[in-house]
Amino acid sequence: MDHRLSEEYEALRATVEEFAHDVVAPKIGAFYEREEFPYEIVAQMGRMGLFGLPFPEEYGGMGGDYFALCLALEELARVDSSVAITLEAGVSLGAMPIHRFGTEEQKQQWLPKLCSGEMLGAFGLTEPGGGSDAGATRTTAVLAGDEWVINGTKCFITNSGTDITGLITVTAVTGSKPDGRKEISSIIVPAGTPGLTVAPKYSKVGWNASDTRELSFVDVRVPAANLLGERGRGYANFLRTLDEGRIAIAALSTGLSQGCVDESVKYAHDRQAFGHPIGANQAIQFKLADMRLRAHTSRLAYYDAASRMLTGEPFKAEAAMAKLYCSEAAVTNAREATQIHGGYGFMNEFPVARMWRDSKILEIGEGTSEVQRMLIARDMGLPEA
Amino acid sequence: MKIVVCVKQVPDTEAEKRLLPDTLTVDRESSNPVLNEMDEFAIEEALKLTEAHGGEVVVLTMGPDGADAAVRKALSMGAHSGILLSDPALAGSDAVATSYAIAQALGTTEYDLVILGSEASDARTSLVPAMLAERLGLPQLTFASKVEIDGTSITVNRLTDYGHDVVQAQLPAVVSVVEKINEPRYPSFKGIMAAKKKPVAALDVAAAGIDAALVGQAAAATTVVDAAQRPPRSAGVKVTDEGDGGVKLAEFLSAQKFI
Ligand SMILES: Cc1cc2nc3c(=O)[nH]c(=O)nc-3n(C[C@H](O)[C@H](O)[C@H](O)COP(=O)(O)OP(=O)(O)OC[C@H]3O[C@@H](n4cnc5c(N)ncnc54)[C@H](O)[C@@H]3O)c2cc1C
Ligand SMILES: Cc1cc2nc3c(=O)[nH]c(=O)nc-3n(C[C@H](O)[C@H](O)[C@H](O)COP(=O)(O)OP(=O)(O)OC[C@H]3O[C@@H](n4cnc5c(N)ncnc54)[C@H](O)[C@@H]3O)c2cc1C
Repeated sequence: MDHRLSEEYEALRATVEEFAHDVVAPKIGAFYEREEFPYEIVAQMGRMGLFGLPFPEEYGGMGGDYFALCLALEELARVDSSVAITLEAGVSLGAMPIHRFGTEEQKQQWLPKLCSGEMLGAFGLTEPGGGSDAGATRTTAVLAGDEWVINGTKCFITNSGTDITGLITVTAVTGSKPDGRKEISSIIVPAGTPGLTVAPKYSKVGWNASDTRELSFVDVRVPAANLLGERGRGYANFLRTLDEGRIAIAALSTGLSQGCVDESVKYAHDRQAFGHPIGANQAIQFKLADMRLRAHTSRLAYYDAASRMLTGEPFKAEAAMAKLYCSEAAVTNAREATQIHGGYGFMNEFPVARMWRDSKILEIGEGTSEVQRMLIARDMGLPEA
Repeated sequence: MKIVVCVKQVPDTEAEKRLLPDTLTVDRESSNPVLNEMDEFAIEEALKLTEAHGGEVVVLTMGPDGADAAVRKALSMGAHSGILLSDPALAGSDAVATSYAIAQALGTTEYDLVILGSEASDARTSLVPAMLAERLGLPQLTFASKVEIDGTSITVNRLTDYGHDVVQAQLPAVVSVVEKINEPRYPSFKGIMAAKKKPVAALDVAAAGIDAALVGQAAAATTVVDAAQRPPRSAGVKVTDEGDGGVKLAEFLSAQKFI
């Protein structure tokens, strides 16, 4: 029983920490303020191999695993969540479904460019009518000859409108099952396909240097071969995708929690009030102790979920618990960090202000806190209403 | 082409450095050891040259046993193999002795080019590259901001106060690089994994053919007799602009002999 990092994981963690500190931290504030996508930083992350972390070398990957990705996400989010979510969505929502469910041809076609970061992938599940109730998907895809014809709208889709977006995997209703339920499948839509309209960027509360768009599909035609995974398995497949993604969001949340600790400890040393540093007050010390506790517990929670996933054990409930705990801890830490920074914590130029704005979405994206509680409860086999 | 890159492990550049009160040597325990930043540029340049011209990159460091971390980092960036020169007899070596020891260690391998950083961030003497070239009897091309190789000839832009000189020599040669020269890559996870399997040869004083009497603290040509804390920064002068701010600024600068 040892959950400390092996030498290679530690070397990776330290490398990403250095990159986040030297490259991301000094530059990201300006992108955030301008609500601009940081292409050069993302390209550098690509050259470091971050987008290829969990994929085999034969497809241009790094031959690592999902935990390696989580470590990178934690270290990036310690400094900034926009670049972290760009990586998270690109890998676990964009590339992973292709790796896991794609045909050999689809993998050859898409993975090398996704792994190098030259191209970003997106995953379009949420619709204006609902995200939590994914079974309520209204987007349709009809097989006409050797083409799918897709109609519908997807909203809040990360990475879907950048200059380097290469594909969007969408879930769509492709028929009905014998029991009358909707048959949902996943289909790869290359960026730029006629009929696909990418709306202007949303004005968001946080994650302002990450790309989020609404997409409309009007008679969008793609080859029948763009079906990803089996027809009718779309629902099951994206549930698996989301289970994994939750561990990644937990790691990202842990990074944000830790970043709040880092910034606040520094500030507690520097800021003077009533003739001594504010960190000398027990009220501040206890806040910091609790914040560190949350970051530490978060880390243990996602390490555990990731290790179960890697060893092939069931991990659904652990992933949900990690996602739930880590995201709520991140929101709390961000609130406390802002409090410790006083008025400066409300100023956008301070990293904790950015963290505060970036924290809330963690309780919403890739399954809301309510959805996580539903999953955890369901795992205990409680009676149904 | 075979390139040897000499790297030094130094205390974390960002940490507060201090001297141990009794030995007056750098307290290396109190901060994280890291690869000297300038040496990352040397490694990057070597990797770029071998990517363009073929060949291999060997990293060489002289330091305590823990210095193999610096070698591993270079290997994870893409260098092919390493040499760790380590021996208690080398502790406290000055620049003269360091250059001698490295020259001897280089005698155990073949090379076409030796690349160094132009300065180590701890002692900052900038002496090792020139001394090493002298000991090896090879051309020295220091403070390079650009390196080009054409067959057996090497051309560098040598950074100067007024721009740069173009300096040319025949291989083998010794080059030291400045930070302007490139942008060092970050190790990838593939590189980190691969580094584990790359060979690192361990050399001690005997294996490198080093005369122990010529190295170590006892052999140093200079000794640190005394050391004092740098005085704290003074508060500075505050100029209030009452219409004559410009003049007051100029007076201040001129009093400091800046203008
Ligand atoms: C910045 C950003 C990026 C995103 N990126 C992506 C992306 O890349 N791809 C993608 O597909 N989606 C993405 N999303 C969408 C996100 O996953 C959804 O917003 C989320 O799943 C919630 O769905 P919803 O907004 O429709 O809320 P709803 O499902 O309408 O939920 C509203 C509220 O009702 C609660 N609720 C719903 N059902 C129940 C129930 N049965 N019991 C109790 N409470 C319930 C919810 O928990 C929530 O509090 C992104 C969203 C944002 C803001
Ligand atoms: C407090 C203090 C006390 C010192 N005491 C003495 C003393 O008593 N007498 C004395 O003469 N000197 C002393 N020195 C100098 C010290 O020994 C030098 O650090 C050492 O000789 C190397 O020089 P440098 O670090 O300045 O390297 P530089 O010449 O600045 O380094 C340039 C490049 O040379 C290479 N290089 C340097 N060292 C190594 C190495 N070990 N292995 C591989 N490559 C290397 C690297 O590529 C590096 O980028 C002292 C230094 C300090 C800070």
